[in-house]
Amino acid sequence: MDDLLNEFLTETNESIDVVDGEMVTLEQDPTNKPILDNIFRLVHTIKGTCGFLGLPRLESVAHAGENVLGKYRDGELVVTSDSVTLILSALDRIKEILSALEETQEEPSGDDSDIINQLNVVATGGSIESSAPAPAPVEEVIDMPEITKSTNNIPGEVSLEELEAAFAAAPGPDDEDDNDEVTSEDDQEDLLSRIGGADAVQVIVHLFHNRIFGDVSVKTLMDGVNKRDSKVKMGDFFTACFAGKPETGPSVATTFESFILQGMTAKQNETVRRLLGIVLEEVELAFSDVEAVLAEYDTAAATILSEADKKAKVKTKKSDKNSSSAGAKGGDTSIANQSIRVNVQVLEDLMTMVSELVLTRNQLMQLLRSSGDSAFAIPLQHLSQCTTELQEGVMKTRMQPVGNAWAKLPRIIRDLQLELGKKIDLQMLGADTELDRQVLEMIKDPLTHMVRNSADHGVEMPADRLAAGKKETGVIRLNAFHEGGHIIIEITDDGAGIPVEKLKAKALKNGLATEEELDEMTDNQIQMFVFHAGFSTAEKVTAVSGRGVGMDVVKTNIEKIGGTVDLKSVEGKGTSFSIKIPLTLAIVSALIVKCREDRFAIPQISVLELVRASNDSEHNIEHINDTPVLRLRDRLLPLVRLDEILGMPKQEEDTEKEALKRKDDYIVITQVGSFTFGIVVDKVFDTEEIVVKPVAPILRNLQTFAGNTILGDGKVIMILDPNGIASLLSDSVTDSAGFGAEEEKQSKVANEREAILLFGAGENNHRAVPLSLVARLEEIDVTTIESSDGMPVVQYRGQLMPLVQLDATYQLKEEGRQPILVFADGDRTMGIVVDEIVDILEDDINIELSSAVDGQVGTAVINGNATEMIDVAYYIEKAFGTLGSSSTSGHTGTDARPHVLLIDDSKFFLNMIKPLLSAAGYKVTAVDSGAAALDLREKGDDFDIIISDIEMPDMDGFSFAEEVRESGIWQKTPMIALSSHHTPKDFARGREVGFDDYVVKLERDTLMSTIIEQIAKKQNAA
Amino acid sequence: MENENRDFVTIRLAEQLCGIPVLEVHDVLSEQGITAVPLAPQAVAGVLNLRGRIVTAINLRKRLGLPEQEDGAVKMSIVVEYQGEPYSLLIDSVGDVMSFPEDSFERNPVTLDSCWQDVSAGIFRLEGELMVVLDVEKLLNFDIGQATAA
Repeated sequence: MDDLLNEFLTETNESIDVVDGEMVTLEQDPTNKPILDNIFRLVHTIKGTCGFLGLPRLESVAHAGENVLGKYRDGELVVTSDSVTLILSALDRIKEILSALEETQEEPSGDDSDIINQLNVVATGGSIESSAPAPAPVEEVIDMPEITKSTNNIPGEVSLEELEAAFAAAPGPDDEDDNDEVTSEDDQEDLLSRIGGADAVQVIVHLFHNRIFGDVSVKTLMDGVNKRDSKVKMGDFFTACFAGKPETGPSVATTFESFILQGMTAKQNETVRRLLGIVLEEVELAFSDVEAVLAEYDTAAATILSEADKKAKVKTKKSDKNSSSAGAKGGDTSIANQSIRVNVQVLEDLMTMVSELVLTRNQLMQLLRSSGDSAFAIPLQHLSQCTTELQEGVMKTRMQPVGNAWAKLPRIIRDLQLELGKKIDLQMLGADTELDRQVLEMIKDPLTHMVRNSADHGVEMPADRLAAGKKETGVIRLNAFHEGGHIIIEITDDGAGIPVEKLKAKALKNGLATEEELDEMTDNQIQMFVFHAGFSTAEKVTAVSGRGVGMDVVKTNIEKIGGTVDLKSVEGKGTSFSIKIPLTLAIVSALIVKCREDRFAIPQISVLELVRASNDSEHNIEHINDTPVLRLRDRLLPLVRLDEILGMPKQEEDTEKEALKRKDDYIVITQVGSFTFGIVVDKVFDTEEIVVKPVAPILRNLQTFAGNTILGDGKVIMILDPNGIASLLSDSVTDSAGFGAEEEKQSKVANEREAILLFGAGENNHRAVPLSLVARLEEIDVTTIESSDGMPVVQYRGQLMPLVQLDATYQLKEEGRQPILVFADGDRTMGIVVDEIVDILEDDINIELSSAVDGQVGTAVINGNATEMIDVAYYIEKAFGTLGSSSTSGHTGTDARPHVLLIDDSKFFLNMIKPLLSAAGYKVTAVDSGAAALDLREKGDDFDIIISDIEMPDMDGFSFAEEVRESGIWQKTPMIALSSHHTPKDFARGREVGFDDYVVKLERDTLMSTIIEQIAKKQNAA
Repeated sequence: MENENRDFVTIRLAEQLCGIPVLEVHDVLSEQGITAVPLAPQAVAGVLNLRGRIVTAINLRKRLGLPEQEDGAVKMSIVVEYQGEPYSLLIDSVGDVMSFPEDSFERNPVTLDSCWQDVSAGIFRLEGELMVVLDVEKLLNFDIGQATAA
């Protein structure tokens, strides 16, 4: 019984958590049938199991909740915020009872009639016209046998009438049981009701599943199966069978799909049958009923066995199909259900032991290396390998998606919204980022607290938001991702930000700093005061936060696990917290390097490659005004010397020796985010598995180090933190993980302002091209220019690069060096010959005159001069002759220019199409991913037309279109797909997901006419 | 008041006799291989491996603003714990564990150097010399040290 209860508790707790989250989703999207079904099913299962275990309080609460849900499901009740609140409070009640149950092993006594009555009022309130008056539920619930409840009160269940009808219609397999004492009452007494109704079937199925999973010989039959789904399916199947109406339930093939897939053998069938028998006896069914049930099973088993046999022959194709359909249904829970529960302490101990084992292994390997030839070599090698695998395995057991820590947040935010009267949209990104379980536990509370804070202090009241020109609904975004071996969790809100002046006043008042000190501090430093104890800027203490305990505790907790919290806030714009959790508690593989006399470890995860630089090798370190750089495969990498970073005194005593030594440098190419740089070290040893230990608190503010570790030889060495080093190098790098709202703003600004390259060529000295289109600027010796097919070409990086003149009249220089602009499209490069490069500046490209001349997008005023914007696409076409010349059919710009949203992951195309469109008289907003576009949608930006690329990373055009069409403000906006693929299949798929038209990239005329057509169509429709 | 005795591990630091309450001392170590930590605060001598635990070594002379010891002198250290973290305090030499009567205890003289003032919990009058009681909490609370230094 205890095991049963424990299992029940864990499972129910899980279900409740799921329901909690799903209810909130349902509230936002009341018509979402799958979610409602899922909620209903979970609550129903909880109720059923409670009944079976004899937990009347739980059962009655769950039942009353289920009633309301049932009405939702049947459309008799509309999902309202109030009723959702009520159901949530019922869930809370269930949670309370569960926790008491967990403590005492007994259901606590108490009165739930308040909540049950409320639920019943809601349930009946929406169903006044339905014939059956609301039954006085409480007593009935507790006293009545299962069957009555499920038939009377739960819509959607198999009703008594149905059963009766089914019984009358079908000469069910249970005839022989019924024939003796036939009374009109007993007509209903088919097998199903004798067993105890659908709920009892659920219980049987539940136990049956447990048995199957508990038996090694048949467990494999359920491989990859979502237990929950399978239970439901099997329950429905048996219910239908027992009711004598098998056609109403799922077919044998779907119910026992996995049995068939796994190719159940006759022997396994025997075992399964025996297990079922045991279960049936366990639930104390009468012998004759047991027999009847088993007979039902045998019928099914016959089908299963024959199907399994067939499947075994044509397995390959089918299994694909089946598993995909199972996957679609089961979703991500299928793996979770393939699990056993292990006490966390066991894992912790295991982990500690493995850490020690790794260290010992390292020491042994060290000894082995120094002792040379040894008989231990081979066994040690083996030991080493086993250790590695063991370690990986143990690590894996400890990883959990960060989403687990977030599961409760939607509910919290929802409650806060009601309580505070705010509107908040909680976005959670990267919920599947995995991190160590222990770390997860540690950050759970801080995270919750921070989100709560953001909701309470950060996001303003709707009226204030509107007054500040923001959307009424505030956004709190959680974003988790891995970066350089750290896990970064960002909590960003677009609320009021942290008021610097208020903090200053408070810091003064609390004596944390003097006025002079405050004057010297940056806003950011002042904002960091929120992490001091007793610091809350909320004017009044709300129930939610503002009690002055909080952020300091958050900080302490995160630092306890060696993490850091950073904060960026702009008043009026929002606040962003960034929690960075290093590799603490984990074993990582690290590169051991030497700098001067000390060794350091660099986490392997951020090391891209190693380069040896010396004067006589391919690579050597060059200097720009004493700044070392390295040329590596056509890229210039910034370098840092580790000794300089670490503030080691310059070695000047022996410059000659130094110079000699410097000849041989090792460069560790390191990547942090998108920033790549090289760290110059004196020597590189091998890689070693190290156990990261946090440094003492006094050393924790050293950005350069991620921790320290003990090496195989027993020495302690410091682990370098590439992120920290990168942020020392340039502040812009740290900003990459920075402030969301600000970033958005910047990216938008960058969208409208473009870096433009001004150059002179031929008679016109004012020409321009977006700098982002230019791959390189080169000067070539005119003597190297050759001619091919009447066109000047030059050998460039092992390829022939055509040179294009802007004007036919333009002549190449006679001698000397010729500046060219190199453009790259894919692996093709083209050079445009120019006279001089004038300037690079940032400006809005606002093309005022669209051009009828080929090769020009139009004319814009740049720097006070009318400047011709050249059409690079045209010249690329010209150079490669892929497409004939074409001219843009243009609109002249009007005030109400149609607004185009352009989405393409390729900067090249964005920059090529954007000027084209603005030349044609459109206002263009360009983004480089579907996700970024959806962000714009969330912000409420409206567009007249959306043009999207199809081939994009992360979210391709098809799924983007699906998203757009599914909900939101863009549902009706015309969409054009842009793609280099143009098979009819692609066209069809594009239309299917919601694109209105499909244009092949580079067909500019088609694109233009399509846009005009689509916008006209939209206007007509409106 | 009864004459209660208090026990101290006595240490020498630039001739000055100091004492650390015996119950706070976890280990006494002879010279150890210490890995320097670049960029660390001055007083941090580095980190060392003590039976698989990483211990932060604090140079007490630097902490107390004393001149560096001449080379070659043996560096002993005493391992204490502060906020759950082990620290090893580098000192010149370790003496006996001694017991002193409570009534020979005095507060810090007000004229004591502020660096010492911060870390001293009081003075014991012994025959022939004075012993400074080092307060481990204050010694390792670098926030305070830095705040007053600033």
